[in-house]
Amino acid sequence: MAIFIQQLINGLTLGSIYGLIAIGYTMVFGIIGMVNFAHGDVFMVSAFIALLLFLVATTLLGFGIVPALFLVLVLGMLITGLWNWTIERTAYRPLRGSFRLAPLISAIGMSILLSNLIQVIQGPRNKPVPPMFTQVLPLFEENGYTVGIGYKQIVIMVVTAVLLGLFWYIVQKTPLGRAQRACEQDQKMAALLGIDVDKTISLTFVLGAALAAVAGVMYIMYYGVINFSDGFVPGVKAFTAAVLGGIGSLPGAVIGGLLIGLIETMWSAYFSIDYKDVAAFSILAITLVFLPTGLLGRPEVEKV
Amino acid sequence: MTQANTPSSTEAFDLVKALKDAGFAGMVTFGLCVPIVAFRAEQDMANKLVLQQRWWMALVITGLVIMARFLFSLHQHSRRNEHAQQAPAGTLSALALIKPYLAPLGFGFITIYPLMMLAIHGPGGSIKWIDNFGIQILIYVMLGWGLNIVVGLAGLLDLGYVAFYAVGAYSYALIATKVIPETFPFLGVWAFWICLPISGLLAALWGILLGFPVLRLRGDYLAIVTLAFGEIIRLVLINWVDFSNGYAGLSSIPRPSFFGIPFNASDTGFAAVFNLEFSPIYRTIFLYYVILVLSLMTAYVTLKLRRLPVGRAWEALREDEIACRSLGINTTITKLTAFAIGAMFGGFAGCFFAARQGFISPESFVFLESAQILAIVVLGGMGSLFGVVVASIALVGGIEILRELDFLKEVFGPTFDPSQYRMLVFGVAMVLMMLWKPRGLISTRDPSVVYKERKAISGSMVQEGHG
Repeated sequence: MAIFIQQLINGLTLGSIYGLIAIGYTMVFGIIGMVNFAHGDVFMVSAFIALLLFLVATTLLGFGIVPALFLVLVLGMLITGLWNWTIERTAYRPLRGSFRLAPLISAIGMSILLSNLIQVIQGPRNKPVPPMFTQVLPLFEENGYTVGIGYKQIVIMVVTAVLLGLFWYIVQKTPLGRAQRACEQDQKMAALLGIDVDKTISLTFVLGAALAAVAGVMYIMYYGVINFSDGFVPGVKAFTAAVLGGIGSLPGAVIGGLLIGLIETMWSAYFSIDYKDVAAFSILAITLVFLPTGLLGRPEVEKV
Repeated sequence: MTQANTPSSTEAFDLVKALKDAGFAGMVTFGLCVPIVAFRAEQDMANKLVLQQRWWMALVITGLVIMARFLFSLHQHSRRNEHAQQAPAGTLSALALIKPYLAPLGFGFITIYPLMMLAIHGPGGSIKWIDNFGIQILIYVMLGWGLNIVVGLAGLLDLGYVAFYAVGAYSYALIATKVIPETFPFLGVWAFWICLPISGLLAALWGILLGFPVLRLRGDYLAIVTLAFGEIIRLVLINWVDFSNGYAGLSSIPRPSFFGIPFNASDTGFAAVFNLEFSPIYRTIFLYYVILVLSLMTAYVTLKLRRLPVGRAWEALREDEIACRSLGINTTITKLTAFAIGAMFGGFAGCFFAARQGFISPESFVFLESAQILAIVVLGGMGSLFGVVVASIALVGGIEILRELDFLKEVFGPTFDPSQYRMLVFGVAMVLMMLWKPRGLISTRDPSVVYKERKAISGSMVQEGHG
């Protein structure tokens, strides 16, 4: 039981990171019906941005860890948003209205480009980050096994919850969110009613990237290491989360992320850690085959 | 910015706007560069990260982008002015003029290519040219033609094609190193020729097994599930050490024999039998012809299948699935045959790959490989056999050439390693190709079946993105 609760805590932490990335997939798919294959690599770039900003803030500017993290979070969201805006503007927008597979292939190219760009400019080796918030808050003890929740796990869950609340507010209550939901339902009609569809799509990419940047900060805080090739697997897992929750649905993405995180940690704890990625990929295949609309998705109706 | 140059008519070059655009692009680029390029985190002796500052690099990149953006504005302006003249007509007719000779010329060239290289570079120097360029490109041509059946003809986006390549390679490696020496040792020299069809069949079987549950998915979903399957197969190969020897891979895989005569220095070897001086070049040349025949077989089968009912059903499926279903085509069976036949050729290529390398490991079957094969098919213009050849030469040959650019070391200093940039160049090329020609290099395609007269098919209508 103690191990189970410990794994539950670990799984929820990991799941928050996946959920944050999954929102980027689900929003972009919802609005332009495209799998943004490069999103996992945008997440990786954001983690590198966070790492460098953190080093600048702590070593060059002499900030403490908490103000440095706050600065990293804000600046990281802005710069990653700029990255995704540029990617959308250069690689996806010219292909809108082109044939079906063109944006997907362009996105695959962008994914290769981003990971190799980072490899070239930051080097191929793992980048270790100085550990932070290493204290653990003990919760209870059972048969000599102490269940604890790490301070960084608390930070991750709290920051994720706060930002998801903020994000929910933006999508549900602001004019930008209304425009975004309108474009998701019917782009032509939205354009006729005076909504700048291109701008809304760009802003969707920026929002998705900002959440991926939060996930990037959390990732380097939690794992303490980042590598140029670390975008692919979390990207596919987050996509799995988006599919599991029902692609196009924002709460679905979060729930899917938490589920994938839980399944991964439980699988590692009770079965085999070697096959944890196989488990995640199998869930993706099984969900798509047996439950193509996911947990909260709307069924897709195709009209002739 | 100079306000004096404000244009009065639309014809004149709008310098202010161009400068504004360039300035904006520069600002964005600088913003992108700020932490990622201007700083670099490097480990010191204590494995602690230390920052290096490289503002000059960020400024250089920003400057380059400003210049590129400005030149792009100039280029667009001049193109707008020349809009009245129709330039492409001339190049099209020139292409049409040489088109009938292209196939026999190309065919002749690839047939004598190894002998030509042998004549130019001699037995020692030509291995690199035949192996790294000839065989490498032909493997990708074959993989491209195999995937073309799935993606180009049937319109099913498969991002896990490398899984079947892996199945073929591991089938050959395991049968030839474990099954044959233990059970049928007398078949040793024939291992490759026996395993080639087996590998193809096993890969086709896997194609059916994996394809059956997922083929009712469409478009992007199918792409992601096939990607997942490709990764699952690779992860199983890594983790199931008893079966596949994990990361370490399988080595000392038997090399193919010349129809029973091995390529070695013994008395019964190829050189001794044909009274030649022993040299590894004969095997390389033989391998070249094997993969050439295998890939031509793929092309031949593709061309034949396109004329059979199943091939026509594939192309109809690609154009409109709903119409197909209402005309009574069994979409599941049709898709499954495309998947299985594509997988079979992937399996053949994998078997050949294992025999050529003599060593395989899961590292050879990563997702990037699938992306590369898909890029070849897409860049070639989906469904075009000739386009796949052009794209393979451009991509694989281009990447191999990047390894050869040693003179750049003298320009950028001794630490400059051009091969480090090859995947970066590959990614950039993939994006740029999509922007430039979303329908691929050879984007017009003749219909496979003609009733009375040739009409444009939807594939040629949408080439510039109208559909």
